[in-house]
This record gives sequence, C-alpha cells and structure tokens, in this order.
Amino acid sequence: MCRLALKTASIPFSPHGVLQAMESMREGYDGSGLGLLLRGVRFTDFNYSSTDPIFSGIAHTEQALHRFNKFMEEKGFLLKYDHQFVTDLSRIEARDRHKYLVRVYKRPESWSRLTPEEQEYELMMTRLSLRHDGEKHGGDLTAFSFWPDVVMIKEVGWPLEVGAALGLQDDRILARLVMAQGRQNTNWGINLYACHPFFIQGIATMTNGENTAFVPIRDWLMGRRFPGYMGYQSDSEVFTHILHYTLNRLKLPLEAYKHVITPLKTEELDHHPQGEFLKGLRNVCRRLIIDGPNCVIGSLPDETCFMVMDHKKMRPGAIGGRPGVWAMASELCGVDAMVPDRDPALDFQPMREHTVVVSSDRKDYKIWSQFHPFHLPQAI
Amino acid sequence: MVAVSSIPSSPSDLTYADLPWLIEHREDRCAVCGKCTAVCPVQAIQLTYRRQRIVGLGMLGKAKNDPSVNYRTLYGIKQKTDVAHRCIGCGMCSMVCPNEAIRPMPNPNDPRLRFHMNQAGDAWKRGGRRNDRDSLLDKIIFTRISMLTDPALDAGRHEFFLNTMLGRILPPEEFLQRRAKGEWIPPTREIFPFIIGSMSFGALSPNMWLGLLQGVAYLNEVLKIPVVMATGEGGCPPWVLKSPFLKYIILQIASGYFGWDEIIRAIPEMQCDPAAIEIKYGQGAKPGDGGLLMWFKVSKLIARLRGVPEGVDLPSPPVHQTLYSIEESVMKMIQTMSMAWGFRVPVYPKISGTTSAKAVLNNLVRNPYASGMLIDGMDGGTGAAYNVSMDSMGHPIASNIRECYLDLVAQGRENEIPLFAAGGMGKNGNIAQNGMALILLGASGVHMGKYIMQAAAGCLGSERNRCNVCNIGLCPKGITSQNPKLYRRLDPDQVAQRVVEVFTSIRTEMKKIMAPLGRSQSLPIGMSDAIGINDAAAAERLKIRYIC
Repeated sequence: MCRLALKTASIPFSPHGVLQAMESMREGYDGSGLGLLLRGVRFTDFNYSSTDPIFSGIAHTEQALHRFNKFMEEKGFLLKYDHQFVTDLSRIEARDRHKYLVRVYKRPESWSRLTPEEQEYELMMTRLSLRHDGEKHGGDLTAFSFWPDVVMIKEVGWPLEVGAALGLQDDRILARLVMAQGRQNTNWGINLYACHPFFIQGIATMTNGENTAFVPIRDWLMGRRFPGYMGYQSDSEVFTHILHYTLNRLKLPLEAYKHVITPLKTEELDHHPQGEFLKGLRNVCRRLIIDGPNCVIGSLPDETCFMVMDHKKMRPGAIGGRPGVWAMASELCGVDAMVPDRDPALDFQPMREHTVVVSSDRKDYKIWSQFHPFHLPQAI
Repeated sequence: MVAVSSIPSSPSDLTYADLPWLIEHREDRCAVCGKCTAVCPVQAIQLTYRRQRIVGLGMLGKAKNDPSVNYRTLYGIKQKTDVAHRCIGCGMCSMVCPNEAIRPMPNPNDPRLRFHMNQAGDAWKRGGRRNDRDSLLDKIIFTRISMLTDPALDAGRHEFFLNTMLGRILPPEEFLQRRAKGEWIPPTREIFPFIIGSMSFGALSPNMWLGLLQGVAYLNEVLKIPVVMATGEGGCPPWVLKSPFLKYIILQIASGYFGWDEIIRAIPEMQCDPAAIEIKYGQGAKPGDGGLLMWFKVSKLIARLRGVPEGVDLPSPPVHQTLYSIEESVMKMIQTMSMAWGFRVPVYPKISGTTSAKAVLNNLVRNPYASGMLIDGMDGGTGAAYNVSMDSMGHPIASNIRECYLDLVAQGRENEIPLFAAGGMGKNGNIAQNGMALILLGASGVHMGKYIMQAAAGCLGSERNRCNVCNIGLCPKGITSQNPKLYRRLDPDQVAQRVVEVFTSIRTEMKKIMAPLGRSQSLPIGMSDAIGINDAAAAERLKIRYIC
C-alpha cells in the first residue's frame, strides 16, 4: 500500500526530512516510486516571488528540451530562474532523464489584460499543451505542474534514493509545505503521470488505496468538458479533480468535499439541520461518491491542508504536531518521524465523518464533522 | 388400402404426438378421484374408460369357443387433441394428484400444433414472454474482484447503500443556483433499484394485487427497504389511491387512459403523492401495440374501475391518440402530468426496446420535466398479446440500455436522466445477477413483472410455452384471473410473504455482488470495468471485457 506524508511548517524546511518519514513507514511497503509537491518554495540561489509560475517536469531528451524552450518563448514566457539539480543519475532506475525541470517564469505581457481566473485557465492550458506535445513525441516531455509557488517532482525508485539522486538533501530547495507519496508496485515502465500527488490549478491531493468507483467517476468528470479533467493514468487522479470541481466550479467550501465524496446516509441526513440541501447535493454529485478504501491528503493554493478518509475508514490516517508545525501521514510512525518533538496526546486519527484541516496560519488543526451545521446561503 | 372417407382426418386434426405437451398417466397409480380433470384450466383431459381385448390362445385356432378371449375395461385419463383443448403443460394435474399418477411432459418430437394456432382466422394470442429460454444477461460475469490491491468488503457485516434515484437530477451548478434563488428543484425519489414492474389491476387478480401491495408496504414500513410497484394501465383501486400506501405506487397512464377518471377525481383526497407517474408509450412484449385486456377478464370490478361495460375486449390503441409527435408528447403529457401533482411527482416515459430509443432519450434530455426513461426489452412479459409480437418484435434490453447510457455519458448527462431497464429480468431465476449486470451496464434500476409472478405467486408460465394463458382469465394459480373461483386459490398473505422474501434475498445477493467489487457507498451504475462476457461479439457491442 502506498505511503503518504505531508508536513506543513511556518518556517521553510528541507523536503529531505519528509523523505526520511517515508523511510520510517517502509514496513510492509515496497517504496518503488516517489511523488513530491512543494509549496511556499524558497530557493537558496534565487529570490523567488511567489506570484511567478513555476514549471515542473522532465525533459527526457535534448530535443524535447529544445521544443520546450521554443514553446515557452513563443508563448511569451520569460525565464527568470532555472533550478539546477545536482543529480546523480546512476541512482535512478530510468535511463531517459535528460533534465529535471524546475523553472520560474514571468507571465507574458499580454496576460496583464486577463482576469486572475483567465490567467489560471491559461496556466493550466499551457501545462496541458506541453503534456500533449510530449505525448505526441513518444512521451519525451513530462509536465507535472505549472503554477505559482508549486514544485513537483516525480520519479521511479526508493524515495530516499530518488531524493539523493536529485540532491534534495543539500537544502537548495526549501518549502513550507511538502506532500510526499511513496508508491507501491511501481516499475520503470510506469507512466509518471500515474504518480501522486495529482495537481490541477493549484489543488493537489494524494491517496493510498484503490478507487473502486473509478470508471463511473472518470466518465462523469470527462463529461464536464473541462480540459484539465483528463489523464486518469491513475484511479486516484479523480480525487483531485473532484476537489477542484467542488471548490473551483461549484464554489463550495472545503468542508463540502467530504459531503460530495462520502455523503451521509439518508437516515442521518433526515436529522441534519441542512439535511434537505445535503440530500440534494448528494443526488446531483452522486457520480462522485467514492468507495475507497482511501485516505486522501491534500493541499490548496493558500497552503491550507487537509485529510479525509473513506466512509468505512479502511485507510486510516493520522495528524500530529504543534503550533507552527503539523504532519499528516498514512502511518502514525510517519508523523513521529516528521514532528518528533510534539505532544502525542494531541495526535488525532479522523473518523469517517471527519475532515481535518490545518489552515495557513498553522496554529492548530480543526476537526470538521459532516454532522456539523453547514453554513451556506444555498443550504438554508 | 382403406377408403379415404373412412379415416376421420380434417386438416386441423391432430394426434397425441402433435401436441407440445403430452400427458403421462399411470393407471396403476390413479385413484380415479377426478381432481386432475377438475383442475385443468383448459379441460385438456377427461376421465374416460376404454375397453381392451385380451387375446387368448383360441385366436390361433387351437380350440373353438375358447373362453380365454376376454375384454377388460381401463379407467383413466384421456388427453384431448383438438386445438382448443390442447394441454398447456401447466402441471396443475400433477399438483393436485394424490398419487403422482399424472404429469405433462414436453414433447421432444416436432409438435405440429403451431401450424394450427389460427383457428377461425384468429392469430395466436397468449400471455407470458418470448418463448426463448436463452438469456444474455445470465452470461455476464462480475470479474473485478477485490482481494489484495484493496480489501474485499464484507457483505454480511458492512453497511451498504443499495438504493437508486428516480427523478430528474440537475447538473450540480444548476442545482446550487436554483437553491440560492429558491427555484423549483425537480422531484426525486430514493427507491430500491428492483421495482415491481407495471402489471395492471385487471391483468392481475385482486388477490394478487393485494398481496403485492401488502408485501411492498411491509418492505417499506417494517424493513425500510423502499420498494415501489407500478400499476400498469387500468387505474388503481380507490381505497389505494386514498391510502398512505400510494407513495409506494407508480401510477401508469397508457394509451387507453383506463382508470384515469378515478385517479384524477381522487387527487384532492390523496393523503400523499404517488411514487411517480409512468407514461407508457410502448411495452417490450408487444412493441407498437397497445394494452389488451380480453373480455374474459373484464369483470364487474374491473369494468367499474376502468369505466367500461362488463365483458368486452379492451384493446388500447397503439399510440396516444392525442399526440402527433414525440416533441408534442413530451410537451403535453409529461408537463400535464407533472402539473397535476404540483410538480412534486416524477414523470417518466416507458418505451419498448427499439433502435430509435436514443432519439427518444435525446428528446427527454432536453425536457426539464422528464424524470427518467424506462426501456422495456423484448423479453418482457405481458398478460395478452399476439404471439408474433411477443416472439419477434422489439429489441433486447442489454445493448439498448448500454447504447443509451453511453450516449448520456458522451453528453456528460448520465446522472441527470436515470435509465431503467426491463424485459427478461430473472428469466431463469437469476434476478439479482441480471439486475446488477444491467446496473453495471448503466441502468439506474430494473423493473420486473413476470419474475415477481413466478417467484412471489407461483406463476407456472415459462419460455417453453408452458401455461401462458394469462390472456383468457383461466390462470390456474389465480394470479391473472378475475374469476373468484380461481383467484381465491391465491392467498394474498402468502403472496406478501413471498414478496418480502424475494426482496430480502435480492438485497443479500446485491451485497454479495457489490462487496467483492469493492463497492458499498453507492450503486455501481455504469461500472463497466467490473463485468465481462464470454462472447466476443457481445463484449464488443456492450463495450465490456471479453473473458474466456
């Protein structure tokens, strides 16, 4: 089963510590792949402004890198920073890794006329264009994310080895929020797009376990005709897209996510103060009900992070920490590894109705229950 | 050669061996009690005696006036061979025989009867289903078994959400907008996905109908399983219309509009709304044909409910006569019926399986009042239809529902218009498997009629053309008869108990199917990655996995 670890702290830290947490959770797990997402990014050799978009991906060949450069240039993006990983490619299983890309760009001048929403759409479309370009050329270019203040790294191999291969222990990249997923049953032939965390327009989630309701959910999401709802190399990608749909398309708060993916039963909603609304929401979002077993850990552009379980809590997760530093993990030993100096009595394992949220101030974690009143104009 | 005139043979004279069902009678066991002849619904057998000569040696000329030439008299059963009194294989004779002395057996040879099922120029009419025992649904296997990649669920201990939605579902964005503005949200019903399909009060006997309703009420009110049943054309008894049980009933309106005067007049006195309104445009068993209640069954009670004279044939027209086109149909009927109950009741059409189903569906998608679509495949049953309609008209349900579902998926509207499937459910007894196969192909639920008659009331009909005389009111079990002597054979309490047993076992089997698929939180509608079939052509057509 895949391992999940998220650490969020007011003071930027090295992602290497999170990889060590993956190591602590290695029992019963083959750790054959790694996905990393960083927010609140700080580069030691570049004064990064968090509004500039960062492209994360891999150019597998020199030609792909040329095409990438040409594309970005033609689009009007100005390269501000190109992070140079100190790589030791001998530690990477795959052989076709020409260059790991983490590049900061200045948005095209012409975008100044666009609204923030239009710019977000364009950022997504740029990433998708690059992805399509890579796919058209035999997969020689992989595009993970293109978004302000987000860095993504995905690679096949044992997480600590991958970190070492990319020199992540040298602390040249720091972040306030790191999400890491250690994959199970991965081999060199895997499509890197199948690696968690998944990302769309600033929203990211990672999951362990299988999504048995994948096909009907995928079919419905693809029916939204939203260009970003694509890919689905992994059955878990739909969790990210459901969250995106809930927040960005339906404009509902984060608390609604749990009501969408694991709605309460009718007899429970009969006694809920907003039961009628929530029944309606359940009906209209019925195709997005997940079946698990899953623990979903995610983060939002404002560095809010959260964790939810499937309805049967078949993949329990845990949160622990102290004001200013919090860790969520699929195993309690992962929390121990990320924040050892904490009061374990405050650790919490959410139940099936809970959403655990750590907001960007990182003062504490909040436990939201589906049984709580749901304050929304539509719900009243 | 003897003279032709001495052989009694007209074109339609049949011999014992020409009949599809042959009576096997054992004289050595027969008590000559006469129960079998009394119970036979078509008087195919009669008590008779025969004389038999016992040949003695005197025949060989060894002794004149040999007393050993004797005669003996046989008492027993004679099977009639004329078309009207052919054995229908119902087996009631076996059921009543105290000594297991009699039974009908299918004739393994080539029965010639079929060539003569048009006496007096009247084409063969019957009840039942298409006489084809093959079922594609039986061949669909659930192949995606959770074991190691994710733990299988426990059908016995975990909690399962098995219900489905009947009613128009808005796109989520529109739902939120309308909620914010306080606008109308189309009505929906949370129901059990196996529905007792439309069988009219008229086609069914009063005891059968009462038994079904009792069973449905118990399922809802005691066991909390929200099963609903549809009335079929012909209205609904007034005491039901004004009862709190109406909420478990889907009222059907069909092209004859029988019983609708009573229904409309009862609206002000209704304690609750019906589950839904079903507008029947077609029926799987007899596509393009209207309902047919033959005069045998138009009793005093039925005549009163339907507002017609007693003892007349009631053939409904093939189409709703007031309609010119589907657009008009949608506009007039669906909206009118919605309006009659203040837009609080889902209204959906039922059509027969057809290659034009997608055209109907696309029209419904554009109508905000259409609450779903029911497609009745060609294996559906009926109380009365021409054999040719039943055997040769329509469209099998599996590919019809699948292409409609995929059409909705392509439009991104598969959650908005629930599709319901009917026709051939549980033909060979595999009701939960058949229903779930259709749900995984894209149906939101299934309607079953014939299966319920067979399982809950002991209907003797089969696809070997056994019995199938529902049309003439002689149902030997009292299920489809309006003759009190026959329908009193059926105890409504026992029917109700069987209805409950059927649904609780369906529920168990649904869990036994869903648990290994790793599904419990919602009905796995359209989860086509979980099914396969050992038929490459069918797999390709249904867009599911071929397995071997």
